Amino acid sequence: MAINEILNLILRILTVAIAVSAPYLFAAIGEMFSQKSGVLNLGVEGIMMLGAFVAFYFAWAYESILLGIILAVFVGALMGLLMSFVSVTLKAKQGISGIGLYMFGWGVAGTLFRLFIGGVEDIAGLPNLHLGFLSELPILGKLLFSHNILVYLAFLLVPISWYVLYKTSWGLKVRAVGSTPRAADTMGTNVNKIRYQCVILGSMLAALGGAYLSVAQANMFANDLVAGRGFIAVALVYFGRWKPFGILKGAMLFSIANGFQRWYQISGSTFPYEVTVIFPYLLIIIVLALSHEKFAEPTALTVPYDREFKG
Amino acid sequence: MRNNIIKILFNILVLSISFIVALLFGSIILLIAGVNPLVAYQAMIIRPISSVYGLSEALVRSIPLMMVGIGISIAFRSKMINIGGEGQIQLGAVAAGAAALAIPGVPKAIAIPIIILVGFTVGGIWGGIAGWMKAKLSVNEVLSTVMLNYIAFQLYLFLIRGPLIDPSEIAWGTGVPQTARMPDSTIFERLIQQGQRIHSGIFIALIIAILVYFLLWRTTFGFRLRAVGEEPKAANYAGIKVDKYLILAMVLSGGMAGIAGTIEVIGVHHRVLEGLSANYGFSGIVVALFGRLHPIGVIPASFFFGLLLIGAEMMQRAVNIPSALVISIQGLVILAVVSSNLLLENPKYRKKFLGFLMQNN
Repeated sequence: MAINEILNLILRILTVAIAVSAPYLFAAIGEMFSQKSGVLNLGVEGIMMLGAFVAFYFAWAYESILLGIILAVFVGALMGLLMSFVSVTLKAKQGISGIGLYMFGWGVAGTLFRLFIGGVEDIAGLPNLHLGFLSELPILGKLLFSHNILVYLAFLLVPISWYVLYKTSWGLKVRAVGSTPRAADTMGTNVNKIRYQCVILGSMLAALGGAYLSVAQANMFANDLVAGRGFIAVALVYFGRWKPFGILKGAMLFSIANGFQRWYQISGSTFPYEVTVIFPYLLIIIVLALSHEKFAEPTALTVPYDREFKG
Repeated sequence: MRNNIIKILFNILVLSISFIVALLFGSIILLIAGVNPLVAYQAMIIRPISSVYGLSEALVRSIPLMMVGIGISIAFRSKMINIGGEGQIQLGAVAAGAAALAIPGVPKAIAIPIIILVGFTVGGIWGGIAGWMKAKLSVNEVLSTVMLNYIAFQLYLFLIRGPLIDPSEIAWGTGVPQTARMPDSTIFERLIQQGQRIHSGIFIALIIAILVYFLLWRTTFGFRLRAVGEEPKAANYAGIKVDKYLILAMVLSGGMAGIAGTIEVIGVHHRVLEGLSANYGFSGIVVALFGRLHPIGVIPASFFFGLLLIGAEMMQRAVNIPSALVISIQGLVILAVVSSNLLLENPKYRKKFLGFLMQNN
């Protein structure tokens, strides 16, 4: 293979990796806020499915992608409200309540999809931006300046969420509530209110990630569209050590590795097709095994806060 | 005695309320879909209990639900959330199917235990991987079991499309991804004739439920396994190898799901085919919670949700509501049940609600 072809290939893989990492960034950064405040939301997958469906339905039926995305994020907020009511107010065990939320979102999206759409339909999808001369640049133009607007939003979210978490008083409260809720309460912070805010914010971002999949990436909806990405996003939070830039690193590495193996499959290897599909999940298992140090975890993660209970 | 009965009745009351709350929520979806919830629920709940077919199919579904539900209860008892039922069922099924095809001449009394053992072992290994990763590398078991589900599903498809495909599918050129039919000496016989599918595997399931009850509540092993879940630190002080019991709990849990897959193959389909597990791995979670994580409690719970699953299919045929709705209802039931735990398990609230009924308490 000529050097030119290799460079071209790398460029192609990187360009795709940037685009496909966007939904992971939305969902994982959302989940990071939730976990930082002490709530493990395992329902991300279900929220993404519902977000993907709602966005696609309105983009398809009313021909407005913007309306679809807005409503998807709104539905995400409702799912977050449900999750926080169950996990924060009613103090349900978070691992299990997340699974309940997942099944709820999965079932609703599946039901409504069959009722209102029923089969394979597609839409034009969110267009890529043309940023004038920037998009014309030889290599960088394709790599960095020819994506759709949500990609830029996803990458902007990384520094923004870092700033919010570490440089604002709200961010300080979030971290306090997730590590030492009793101390935060003593200092006058409303623990449960911050947790509600974080879970709802996280769910809105998860829904946005789901919406991205249906209206900006696949441009269609199917029951297996999300295919575990919500759970992968949760895994990326662990890998990224609950830090925005760590999550960015994880999402990019994951997407690049995935891009490479996909190319490898297309390029005529003799591996069975199933191996291609297994690869990302196997990769995540390995990633989880390698990022197991517990000390980075918010200390009050999964522990509901009870003022009267001295534990 | 009286207190125990009150507790059980109270449990049933709370579970019923949870279920009703879930149905009310579900009716919002039905209203969005433009269907009268009363008509839909009537089809879902009344139809299955008003025909032999409905009852038989509910029992058929209750068998894998019971096995998976028991498995999930075992895992829960040691504080492990096993979401990997789906993958464990499929790998157990395909292994059992391969075993059954490999031993055509062996008498039934020997063949069936061997096949069940194979299904149990393979499901158990798949669950054990997640247990090992939790114990040794503190990998969140929900995430690892979910990932293992996707991997198992692809392995399963690969095996029934490739190495294990029915030779006649190749010969006829139809290529349906399924194995050959299991030999007669390896399958459970049907219990009632007239084409109903209920089979003798249900007795195996009931026996296993009782055995697991004895294992968990009447042996040191079971005591230790539960101790690890309830008080890991104290268990550690008492010299119990916490890691070992976490892994064993997941092996048993996966093994139960493996048996569920096995029974589906040799009891219902007599082949390994696509779509063998109808999300039993997830429905089993609801069954376990409804059975209060107790092997004996799981028995009625599995029948109840067996009715719900066949009810959802009947509803789909009657009023054209997709049976996927039942997944969301189950999700809501999970949410409602875990929410009600505040009431059931927190002594402060329980006393408030039950204090006036309990004697000397």
